[in-house]
Amino acid sequence: MSEPTKAAAPAGRAATKKELPEHFKAYKHVWVFIEQERGQVHPVSWELMGAGRQLADKLKVDLAAVVIGPEGDATRHAAAEAFCYGADLVYVVADNLLADYRNESYTKALTDVVNTYKPEILLLGATTLGRDLAGSVATTLLTGLTADCTALDVDTDGSLAATRPTFGGSLMCTIYTLNYRPQMATVRPRVMQMPERVERAPGRIVTHPLGLVEDDIVTKVLSFLPDRESAKSNLAYADVVVAGGLGLGSPENFQLVRQLASVLGAEYGCSRPLVQKGWVTSDRQIGQTGKTIRPKLYIAAGISGAIQHRVGVEGADLIVAINTDKNAPIFDFAHVGIITDAIRLLPALTEAFRARLSPHSRDGIAS
Amino acid sequence: MIEERFDAIVVGAGMAGNAAALTLAQRGLKVLQLERGEYSGSKNVQGAILYADMLEKLIPDFREDAPLERHLVEQRFWMMDDRSHVGLHYRSDDFNEERPNRYTIIRAQFDKWFSSKVREAGAIVLCETTVTELAQDAYGRVIGVRTDRHDGEVHADVVVLAEGVNGLLGTRADLRARPKPDNVALAVKEMHFLPRETIESRFNLKGDEGTVIEAAGTISRGMTGMGFIYANKECVSLGIGCLVADFQKTGETPYGLLERFKQHPSVAPLIEGSEVKEYSAHLIPEGGYNAIPQLYGEGWVVVGDAAQLNNAIHREGSNLAMTSGRIAAEAIFQVKSRKDPMTAENLSLYKKMLDDSFVIKDLKKYKDMPQLMHIQSQNFFLTYPQLVSKAMQNFVRVDGTPKADKEKTTLRSFVKARSWTGLFGDAFRLARAWR
Amino acid sequence: MHIVVCIKQVPDSAQIRVHPVTNTIMRQGVPTIINPYDLFALEAALELRDKFGGEVTVLTMGPPSAEDSLRKALTYGADRAVLLTDRFFAGADTLATTYALATAIRKIGESYGTPDIIFAGKQTIDGDTAQVGPGIAKRLGLLQLTYVARIGALDLAGRTIEAERRSEGGVQMLRTRLPCLISMLEATNEIRRGAMVDALRAARATIVKWSAQDAGVEDIAKCGLRGSPTIVKRVFAPPPRAEKAALIDFGGRPPAEVLIEDIFKRQPKLEAELVALARGF
Repeated sequence: MSEPTKAAAPAGRAATKKELPEHFKAYKHVWVFIEQERGQVHPVSWELMGAGRQLADKLKVDLAAVVIGPEGDATRHAAAEAFCYGADLVYVVADNLLADYRNESYTKALTDVVNTYKPEILLLGATTLGRDLAGSVATTLLTGLTADCTALDVDTDGSLAATRPTFGGSLMCTIYTLNYRPQMATVRPRVMQMPERVERAPGRIVTHPLGLVEDDIVTKVLSFLPDRESAKSNLAYADVVVAGGLGLGSPENFQLVRQLASVLGAEYGCSRPLVQKGWVTSDRQIGQTGKTIRPKLYIAAGISGAIQHRVGVEGADLIVAINTDKNAPIFDFAHVGIITDAIRLLPALTEAFRARLSPHSRDGIAS
Repeated sequence: MIEERFDAIVVGAGMAGNAAALTLAQRGLKVLQLERGEYSGSKNVQGAILYADMLEKLIPDFREDAPLERHLVEQRFWMMDDRSHVGLHYRSDDFNEERPNRYTIIRAQFDKWFSSKVREAGAIVLCETTVTELAQDAYGRVIGVRTDRHDGEVHADVVVLAEGVNGLLGTRADLRARPKPDNVALAVKEMHFLPRETIESRFNLKGDEGTVIEAAGTISRGMTGMGFIYANKECVSLGIGCLVADFQKTGETPYGLLERFKQHPSVAPLIEGSEVKEYSAHLIPEGGYNAIPQLYGEGWVVVGDAAQLNNAIHREGSNLAMTSGRIAAEAIFQVKSRKDPMTAENLSLYKKMLDDSFVIKDLKKYKDMPQLMHIQSQNFFLTYPQLVSKAMQNFVRVDGTPKADKEKTTLRSFVKARSWTGLFGDAFRLARAWR
Repeated sequence: MHIVVCIKQVPDSAQIRVHPVTNTIMRQGVPTIINPYDLFALEAALELRDKFGGEVTVLTMGPPSAEDSLRKALTYGADRAVLLTDRFFAGADTLATTYALATAIRKIGESYGTPDIIFAGKQTIDGDTAQVGPGIAKRLGLLQLTYVARIGALDLAGRTIEAERRSEGGVQMLRTRLPCLISMLEATNEIRRGAMVDALRAARATIVKWSAQDAGVEDIAKCGLRGSPTIVKRVFAPPPRAEKAALIDFGGRPPAEVLIEDIFKRQPKLEAELVALARGF
């Protein structure tokens, strides 16, 4: 969104009046795009199935999953899993040209199924793939797309109400796509709760051809370089996270965060200013423009707790905040607070946890 | 070094720099103005009060589009002790005139507007460009500047140093000494956001009327310093500052003083329920006439805070800055019109013109005040405020004590604190320094 | 070679506050900046220009004040700046924005030479949607490479370009044909400081200003509020949490121990899980 609308403009506010053109009235059901790459389904797809199920139930319509990928087991498995996460129906576009993600092929696949089977709502995860795809699909379909939503609901008239932060996160706004279909929305990983997986037999699957040959697709994938295992962070899905902010004072002190994380078997992260200063890589950033996390335990050391950080951690079960400033906003939403210097507390905490969690093992714990 | 030459380079885009660049450009000179901040005003901190008279001499119809907060209809002077204040207020409807005399402004916005006028007049204004040193020839004559941009040396006939109180260019080139700790004050300021209606009702204002409060007393804990509270349209600026030397001596912090100031029973109700929007700190020249450095030299002049042109007694700095910038520009223009070189001798015209203006005249008048205030700081900022406060309370409280007795008690307290010689001495010194 | 870089002037969101009473945005005095993500795109464009020759045109759609950002972009070394400004563009969501920008890019092609590459920043700090890049590509029929970490070989004659694209779990090496749209990942480069001559040139430059008509917009109904399928119906402040943090009082005991006890008291199952995890080492 460029900016929220305020002043009423003269005769031209067609978008505000609910005048769904006739041909859109036939669009029904809630769809979720199942993102898979190299045989793995991104968990955000299942989170969206949970959200999609709630929307479908309110609208009293079906929930469908759309699986796009290469022919073979991975795609079949993804489709089967979708039923375990609540799908009433699964659309599958399976073609070996879809083995690697490419914008052209995936956009064609998704827009084709949408144009053929006409959903009223289409949800995608706001991942690198999802955002690349969603923008192209929405523009091709000339429909509305609300990105990075933090909440999805339906109004009594059946419209999708998508809520997202605005103005750098200081405010929230609720956005509608009244006169176009499908109503598209993307949601970042971990914003929606992972639903329960219920073992179910696969149900109805509708296959759709891709309708392309390799020569039709201009972009070629030359190679794929996987990230080093050790460099991979599982920050978004970690159960315990320790993070540091500007209160640590210097990049050297960030080691203290990593050490505590190591003893806890936790992931480590940071607030945005540390990435901006180059102290920590951007994949470790927690917050509105970084990762959203939902750990059981979140320890924030030297983080002031501005709203942009808050929205990334609010889902945590237990937030422990360490800060020397008693007026820091983090104490407005943390569960537990300690007013002290993180630089002193972190090492003490590391040792205390080490002693408590593995009292018999003194050496051999990686720092 | 770039090939292009300029008639004048102005270092700094504060009040003095903008006034100088504007005037030079208006007179048709080729001007390059360099500002290290992201935009003009990003590095400036002030209360702030705008003096219309001086700005009118630069931009006669500034009222049309300048961002102005409130025009001042009232001035309050407060002498404060820890729980009270004695005030001298002047308020007049006369100030609700067609061309009001003083306004409160917000510097970040005002400077941006001022800078746009400088650009409109034809000057080239480059921001985010720091001048690292003056370029000098073999004889030590200033011939231009070096900046932190690639290939960033630029030459000009004259350089106007409007680099602020802590500017390093002039000091690095040995054109003047660094300001001494007892010649500069460190002031801190906060902007407190309040709804318009609240400000209007608390300060008894209608429409765009404004009021300012200048305060002194025990709020500076015996140090030489002053506080202020200014009403803007939708926020209140307040701040306090003391001499750096005093902070160094006592170990007090400006922020500590500000917190106490805000909690003072006379101040707290004015900002109750506000949201702090901004916090900033700045150095203010306080040395007065005796601290003014050499104002001109071979190929250079210095204006504004960098030249210690600040009237601390009347809290007038921005108008002196503006005026010195304008006058320096006028002098430069005259030298240029005669097709004369920018030698020290020719640029001495700037000093002559400045001496003839209210700038030097006022500073000369008060030249002994800074030192008096500093030496006698305990008296003026602790003893007297406390005495006066008690005296006023005594006067105001009705408790059956005969009035004559009350007066005797008051007089005795004064004499006890300062002795007759002290009292007369203080009065005499103050009167003399004032004159 | 002609490269067009789309930038946006945004409020420095780190400084935006909410009015305590009316709950609206206090934009007063909040400085505007070039969307930081766009700077990575601009630097990538300038590097290509320096290597292969040609020009970089910077384009933005915004209010008249967006001229400041364009001038800044010129200071960094861009050759030309175009401001697309018209009241009809106001209130545009991403679909309407991409319509206007795509139209302007076509016009830029007619006026200054067809662009070979369009660069866009990954996302904006005020909108955060990351949709404008893909939207422009679609409308102009361009191939798109998003989340590019590094640009590889560029063959102008052969009209191909290679780039490393960040994907989940790894990096794709892609090759596609020009013209294409590229959105750069953050922290992939550092915007240079313009030389003095660039700064002076920028200060003197005339920014090309186009209204909707000048840019060749055929259907004004596709711009601005009218052309936006999405509509904002409600703006509100996020509700504050009811309870503030319980501040721990150490009572003279070692803070770390007191804290750990408190954590495990609140989350009894956590201790067992962490112990099990620690034993796994």
